[in-house]
Amino acid sequence: MINVKNLTKKFGELTAVDNISFEVNDGEIFAFLGPNGAGKTTTINMFTTLLPPTDGTAVINGYDSVRQPEEVRRSFGIVFQDLSLDDDLTAFENMELHGVLYDVPDEVRKTRIEELLRLVDLWDRKDRLVKEFSGGMKRRLEIARVFLHRPKILFLDEPTLGLDPQTRLFLWSNVKELSKTEGVTIFFTTHYMEEAERIAQRIAIIDDGKIVAIGTSDDLKKQTNASTLEDAFLSLTGKTIREESSNTTERKKSGHGPWRHL
Amino acid sequence: MKKIYVLWLRQIKKYLRSRSRLFGALFEPLVFLLVLGYGLGSVFQRAGQGNYFDFLAPGIIGQIIIFNAMFSGTEIIWDRKFGFLKETLVAPISRFSIVIGRTLGAATVATIQGTLVMFLAFLFGFQPTSWFSVIPAIGVMFLVALLFTSLGTMIASLLGDIQGFQSIMNFLVLPLFLLSGALFPLQGIPNALSLIARLDPLAYGVDALRALFTNSGYYGLGLDVVVLGAITLVCLTLSGYFFKKIQV
Repeated sequence: MINVKNLTKKFGELTAVDNISFEVNDGEIFAFLGPNGAGKTTTINMFTTLLPPTDGTAVINGYDSVRQPEEVRRSFGIVFQDLSLDDDLTAFENMELHGVLYDVPDEVRKTRIEELLRLVDLWDRKDRLVKEFSGGMKRRLEIARVFLHRPKILFLDEPTLGLDPQTRLFLWSNVKELSKTEGVTIFFTTHYMEEAERIAQRIAIIDDGKIVAIGTSDDLKKQTNASTLEDAFLSLTGKTIREESSNTTERKKSGHGPWRHL
Repeated sequence: MKKIYVLWLRQIKKYLRSRSRLFGALFEPLVFLLVLGYGLGSVFQRAGQGNYFDFLAPGIIGQIIIFNAMFSGTEIIWDRKFGFLKETLVAPISRFSIVIGRTLGAATVATIQGTLVMFLAFLFGFQPTSWFSVIPAIGVMFLVALLFTSLGTMIASLLGDIQGFQSIMNFLVLPLFLLSGALFPLQGIPNALSLIARLDPLAYGVDALRALFTNSGYYGLGLDVVVLGAITLVCLTLSGYFFKKIQV
């Protein structure tokens, strides 16, 4: 479903993603872990056609991310690290806008929006402006929205950051359920190791732009002689704290500023 | 087409929901219109130039349009900062369609604001030669709005931060407004100034409005519309080009 070959992204002098290759199978739940600034978001940005790779290819659902961006975009749905709703529109309007942008036909759009908003328990508030919503509610709305166009692949970039345990549980149970019933491939990043261990079938760890390990949670623990995934992660990526600016792309683009000290 | 329409509709909904913006933006042009209009009226008359209020009204309509249209670029920076831009960038829609959708939306908003100022001017005694000129005048307003919205979009696509955008805007908007002949006639100004004024797109917009409302154009309606149309095309193409280069 996702086929990555020698994928590389350089920002001037800095190599954010360094010649990575791996595959994600059809219907798999795949976790992509790594310290801050390791290259996770840059990789996802290349998968989602937001960034052109410097070298190598990413094939998503059989389509090349550079040569067939339109087909790639129809194939996936994404929940970004930061919220991407329009605060001045209502929950329903946000859904409707998404549905039209993704060519969801008029006849099914309304019923599907209702179905999904009921699922995330926001149907009663469909006509409220999103700016009145709490962080958890906004996240739930994004989860509902991302399923509207029935994506084949779902990218989740730290989707549970800052959410309470209830919303996290809700999010993962929905994602798992939909991955099973609709056969959606899930590719997610997180800093919560227990989440990766519990949800993902396979895990890749990226550090300094390179894939340092890939396999099931048990594989990674065995490989490092660790008892928990957290220990395995630390032994693979070291214990130094990484520094990352809040807006990495901005820094990377302008090519100055301490994007990362290692 | 439908995708462009929903993006246009989004702008209109946001505009109608923010009443403070609606009325706040009308206040400044109203002050200009009333204070300058009545204040300089007698001087203008004594100089043999006729009714200053009638001269000023099209200029003030131009003023509100250029302000609204140019500053609509902040919405792009806003969308970029708060993430909504990404939602549209990963959707199966070309970047050029996104630019068209938002430019048409913002230009419609600026035109509505211009039309409101026009009616306010009527209320305070602005007398067009013919009431039929109102319809083509709204068309000219839309063209002017489209031009400056594209220009604002282009600059916003080039700049990442809101402060930078605002300082460039202040740097551009005020001279464009003052040299457009909105406040004083362009006839008889020093040659150097007149040359710069000839390069000011807003001058052709204001001139077209005067030609329509009071039959007192300087360049002539035909030339005005041709110049406005050509510059709009250039700005729209450039804004599409730079928007495509945005990386998030």
